[in-house]
Amino acid sequence: MNLQPPTGGVSAGLETGKSRGKESGDSVTKGLMNRVPCALAIALSIVLSLLLNFSPRSAFAADDEVANPAAAPSAPVLSTIEQALADLTSENAETRSAAVAFLIEKGDASLIPKLDEIRATADRVVRQAIKPVVDLLKNRANLSSELPDYRRSAAADLASTGRREAIAWLQAAAAKEEVWWVRYTMEESANLLELRSGDPSAKLAAVKKLGELRSQNSVTLLQELIEAGKPAEATDEQKSLASTATASVSQIEAWSTKANIIETIFRGISLSSILLIMSLGLAIVFGLMGVINMAHGELMMIGAYATFITQQAFIAWLPPESFDWYFPASLPLAFLASFGAGWLLEATVIRFLYGRLLETLLATWGVSLILMQSARVYFGDLTAVIAPQSLRGGAQVMVGVYLPYNRIFIIILSVVCVVGIYYLLFNSNLGLRVRAVTQNRNMSACLGIPTRKVDSYTFAFASGLAGIAGWALTMVGNVDPGLGQNYIVDAFMVVVTGGVGKLAGTIWASLGIGGLNKVIEPFTGAVYGKVFILVGVILFLQWRPSGLFAAKGRSADA
Amino acid sequence: MPEQIQPQQDSRETLSFYVVGAIFLIVMPLLNVLPAEDSWLRLSDFRLNQFGKFLCFAILALGLDLTWGYCGVLSMGQGVFFGFGAYCMGMYLALQIGKESVYGSDLPDFMVWTQVKELPFFWYPFKSFWGGILGAILVPVIFATIFGFLAFRSRIKGVYFAIITQALAFAAWLVFNRNETRLGGTNGLTDFKQVLGFRLSDPSTQLGLYILTVLALIASFLLCRWIVASRAGKVLIAIRDSESRVTFSGYTPWVYKLFVFVVAAGLAGLAGMLYVPQVGIITPAQIGVLPSLEVVIWVAVGGRGTLIGAVLGAVVVNFGRSVLTNYFPEAWPFILGGLFVVVVTMFPDGLVGIIRKFFAGGPPAAGLAMPKPQPQGGR
Repeated sequence: MNLQPPTGGVSAGLETGKSRGKESGDSVTKGLMNRVPCALAIALSIVLSLLLNFSPRSAFAADDEVANPAAAPSAPVLSTIEQALADLTSENAETRSAAVAFLIEKGDASLIPKLDEIRATADRVVRQAIKPVVDLLKNRANLSSELPDYRRSAAADLASTGRREAIAWLQAAAAKEEVWWVRYTMEESANLLELRSGDPSAKLAAVKKLGELRSQNSVTLLQELIEAGKPAEATDEQKSLASTATASVSQIEAWSTKANIIETIFRGISLSSILLIMSLGLAIVFGLMGVINMAHGELMMIGAYATFITQQAFIAWLPPESFDWYFPASLPLAFLASFGAGWLLEATVIRFLYGRLLETLLATWGVSLILMQSARVYFGDLTAVIAPQSLRGGAQVMVGVYLPYNRIFIIILSVVCVVGIYYLLFNSNLGLRVRAVTQNRNMSACLGIPTRKVDSYTFAFASGLAGIAGWALTMVGNVDPGLGQNYIVDAFMVVVTGGVGKLAGTIWASLGIGGLNKVIEPFTGAVYGKVFILVGVILFLQWRPSGLFAAKGRSADA
Repeated sequence: MPEQIQPQQDSRETLSFYVVGAIFLIVMPLLNVLPAEDSWLRLSDFRLNQFGKFLCFAILALGLDLTWGYCGVLSMGQGVFFGFGAYCMGMYLALQIGKESVYGSDLPDFMVWTQVKELPFFWYPFKSFWGGILGAILVPVIFATIFGFLAFRSRIKGVYFAIITQALAFAAWLVFNRNETRLGGTNGLTDFKQVLGFRLSDPSTQLGLYILTVLALIASFLLCRWIVASRAGKVLIAIRDSESRVTFSGYTPWVYKLFVFVVAAGLAGLAGMLYVPQVGIITPAQIGVLPSLEVVIWVAVGGRGTLIGAVLGAVVVNFGRSVLTNYFPEAWPFILGGLFVVVVTMFPDGLVGIIRKFFAGGPPAAGLAMPKPQPQGGR
C-alpha cells in the first residue's frame, strides 16, 4: 500500500492551513487599516485550504485506519521514542508513518529540538513527514503556555491541522483555562475538528455548538454542509445536518453584523483620536495667531524620531530588561525636541509674518520640506519603533471584536491631552493670557500682556503637542520622513471644519471626520472615502462657511 | 491706484514683455536652427524642448498670478487643472498611437495589461484632435466653475480656500493613481508617437510645438493683461486688499473671484495640453500636492502681482532646478524649501521687486502693493 501521496497532501494542506491561521491572526491587528482586502484574503485562503486539504485529509483519515492494521505486522513494533525517532529517517514509507503516529501519541515538546535536528539534515520526504509531528507537539506544548496569546494561537493552529488527536488535548486544556477568549478558541477548535469527523451525532452536536459559539471561522465549513444537504439525493442525515447548519450560520451572521458595527465604531474613534491629537496644536496656533503651520506634521515627525533615537539609545547602552522603559522615557524627550524646534521656528520665521496668513502658510511649508528632506538624508526611509510589551497585542472584548492595545492607548492619550489643554487654558495664568490675546490682541497689549511672549510660548507648546502626537504615532506606524504628510491634509480639514472659535469645534470635527471616514471606507475603499470626505467638507462649509464654531463679531473678518 | 502712474508702469512692463517675448519667440528658435552643430551658440534640441516645458509652466504660473497676485485667492490645487488638461491631451495622443503600441492593440498599452477589453466611454471624445483640445480647456474650466461656485459663494476664503484646494490636489492625486479610473494608474500615459500626423520624435515637430507654446504664452499674457487693466481688474485688486469694503461698495466679490479662478483653470488646462506632447508623459506625480505648491513658489519668486513676474519666476526656478538637480540631486528639496522661506520673509515682491528697486527706486507697481499686515484682532 502506498501512503506517500496522501501524506504529501496532508502536509501541503497543513502548510496552507497554517498560513491561514497566521493570516487571520495578523488581519486582526492590521484589520483597522485594510479590513476589506484582508477579509478577502482570508476568505480566499480558507477556500484554497479547503480545496487543497479537505478532501485529501478525509481520504487520508480513511486510509490511516485501513493502513495501520495492515502495516502493523510488517512495521517493527514501536516501544520507545528513540526507536521511533530512528524510524523517522527510514527508507520505508510505512515505517515512517507508523513512527509519526507513535510520536504524535506519545511524544511531548521536549522532542522538538531532536526533531528539528533531524529535520535540518534529512531530505525532503522526511522533512515533510516530520513537519506535522513538530507542529502538533509544539502547539500542544503551547496550549499550556503562560501567555494567553500563545495559548490562543496554538488552539487556532490545532484546528487547522485537522488531526483528531488534538480534540482531547483541546478539551482538556479548555477545562482548566481561565481566560475566556482563549477558552473560546479552544472550544471552537475542538468543535471544528469534530466537524470533520465521521460520526454523524458528534457532527450534529458540533454544528450546534459552533452556532452557539458564533464562530466566524466555521462559516465556510458550515456552508459546505448546507450545500451538501441541498441535492435531492442527499441522505436524511445530510439534510438534518444542513438545516442545523443553516440555523447556526444565521446565528453567526447576526452576531458578526453586531461585532462589525462595534469594530467600525472603535476604528472611527481611533482615527478620530489620532486626528484630534494632531489638530489640537494646529487649532490653538491658528486660533491664537492666525498662523497656518504647514510644518506641524514635521514637528510631529521630530517627536517620532526622538522616540526612535531614545529606543536606539536604550538598545545600545542599557540592559535588555529595561528596554520597555524607553517608551515612557521618550515622552518628555519627544515633547522637548518638538517644543525646541517650534520655538526656533517661531523665533526665526513666523515672527516676521504675523497677520499675513497666506505667507505663513508658504513659509512653514518651505520649512516642512527642509525638515522632511533632512530626515530622509539623515535617517533614511525605513526606521521602526518596536512597541513595548505592554502595548502589543490587544483585548478581546467579545467574540469577533478585538481591540489592539496601541489604539486604546492613543484614544486615552488624546482624552488626556484634551483635558490637559482645557485645564491649561481655563485654569492657569498663561491660559488666561492666551485667551485674552486670542480674543483681542490690541486690547490685551494695552492691558500689559506681553503678546509676543504669549505667541512664542503658545507656538512652542503647540509644537510640543505635535511631538506628543508623533510619540504616540510610533505605536501605529513606521517612523518615516513622510509621517507628518500622511495625516496633515486630514488634520487641516478638521481645523477648517471645526472653526477657530473654540476647541470644542476641533473635537467635534475630528470625531465627525474620523468616524465618517471609517464608516464610508468599507463601502468605497480608502481612496474614494477621502474624496467623499472632501466633498462632504465642502458641502458642510456651504452651510457653515467658517466651521462649526466660528469666531463672531468684528474680528471675524480679519 | 492714482491714474497718472499707470501708463509709465504699463509701458515698462510692456517693454520688458516684448523683449522677453522676442527672445523666446525669435532668438531661441534661430539659435536652435542657424548655428553649426558644434558651435557654442547653438541651442541643442534638448534645451529648446526644455524651455518649451518651462514656458508651459509659465502659462500655468500666469493663471495662479491672476488669482493669487491680483485677487488674493491662493489656490494650492492648480496642479489638478494642469493635470486635467494634460490628461485630456494625453488621452488623445494615446489613442493616436494605434497599432504602433507594444502590444499592437488599438487600445493603449496600460489597458491591455490591466485587462480592459473595450475603450471606456469617456475616452471616445478623445479620438478626435478637437476633442482633445476642447477637453483640455473645457474639463478644467467646468470643474473649476463647479468647485469655485461652491467655494466662493459660501465665502470660503483666504487660508480656508487654500487648505480646501490642497485637499483637492491630494484627493485628485489619489484618484488618478487608481487603476480603475482607466487613466493609466501610477504609470500615467506615455509612449506617444504622433500628433496630427507629425512624429513627436522629430526635432522639427518639437520646434513647432515650442513656437506654438510661445505664441500661447503671449496670448495668455495679453489676455491676463487685458483682464487686469479692465475695470474688473481694478475690482480684483480691491478684493485682494479689502474684501469687506468691496462688498460694502455694492459689488459681489465672489463672482469676480469665480471668474479669475475659472480663467486660471483654463490657462492651467492650456498649459497641460501643451506640456504633454513636448514632454511625452503625464503621470499622477505631476498633479499632486507638491507640484501644485511649486506653482506657488514660481509666482512668489518671480513677483506676484506682476504678470511678467510669473513668467520670469516659472522659467528661472525651473531652469535652476534642472541645472541644480544635475549636480546635487538630494539638495533640491532644501533649496526649494529655502526659497519658500527666504522669498516669503525677505523678498515678498520677488525678482521683479528686486529689479524694480534696483533700477528705479520708484513706487511699486499696481499689483505689487502688498496688503499691509492686517490688524491682528483676534481670529
